Amino acid sequence: MKARVFITLKNGVLDPQGEAIRHALGTLGFAGVAGVRQGKVIDLDLAETDPVKAKAAAAAMCDKLLANTIIENYSVEIL
Amino acid sequence: MKSAVIVFPGSNCDRDLAVALTQATGRQAEMVWHKDATLPDGLDVVAIPGGFSFGDYLRCGAIAARAPIMRSVVEFAKRGGLVLGVCNGFQVLIEAGLLPGTLMRNQTLKFVCRDVNLAVETTDSPFTNAYGNRRVITVPIAHHDGAYIADAELLARLRGEDRIAFRYVNARGEPVAEANPNGSADNIAGVLSANRRILGMMPHPERLADRQLGGADGAVLFESLSNALAVA
Repeated sequence: MKARVFITLKNGVLDPQGEAIRHALGTLGFAGVAGVRQGKVIDLDLAETDPVKAKAAAAAMCDKLLANTIIENYSVEIL
Repeated sequence: MKSAVIVFPGSNCDRDLAVALTQATGRQAEMVWHKDATLPDGLDVVAIPGGFSFGDYLRCGAIAARAPIMRSVVEFAKRGGLVLGVCNGFQVLIEAGLLPGTLMRNQTLKFVCRDVNLAVETTDSPFTNAYGNRRVITVPIAHHDGAYIADAELLARLRGEDRIAFRYVNARGEPVAEANPNGSADNIAGVLSANRRILGMMPHPERLADRQLGGADGAVLFESLSNALAVA
């Protein structure tokens, strides 16, 4: 079973990388980009076949390692 | 005083740290590989070096903080052992949950490598007792992810408990915005644990710990450790 983890910065956490991307988009002529927030996607290939258990396992992995929950939110999608 | 330096794949300040510890204590620092499960017996100080452990994958220090040896380091710290984390070592200690807050990408997005002025904000610690009245010191920094971020409550607690060890300052010792190289909250360069026996700092005291290297302000930190243990 495959799970996809999305890791994003919490609201209010400064994202200088997102800001640099926004500037670069402006330079390329993409007008009207008011804000950019960047994050991570992590794909997990799990032996688990029960989607509920797979989701719970991925969430535990986020809490222990994949996300820094002080500054990051995560969400898990079973594919 | 018996000290050990933990070595991860990608550590690159481990030998400098060992030299500084050995010079200050007169006893050879031991090198401990990250895959070891236990620390040498009778240790007084564990030092986590700078570098790019595990290529900074996922987040700086995140993988190293889950290495086998770190379980023993956390136990050692919980027993009141002295733990020093420099640069990547600071990131590892935060990821291991031994120090509060978090370290993020420098606000300028640039890797910064230069000498900075630091204010010694407290001499009430085993790492800073020998600085005495010398408030402003020079120590190099070299990092890409050194912006110390903490919420208002944590900042108030760190201030209230006198746990800010070092701040980035100008030559007059003022923590102004221009002296802040990375966007750290409150110009914080180093913090202590609640029991004052764990120090994490982004600047590299081991890189200016010998007059032949252009300065010895960093050596005082290692002398402080030696003092603290001589008294104990």
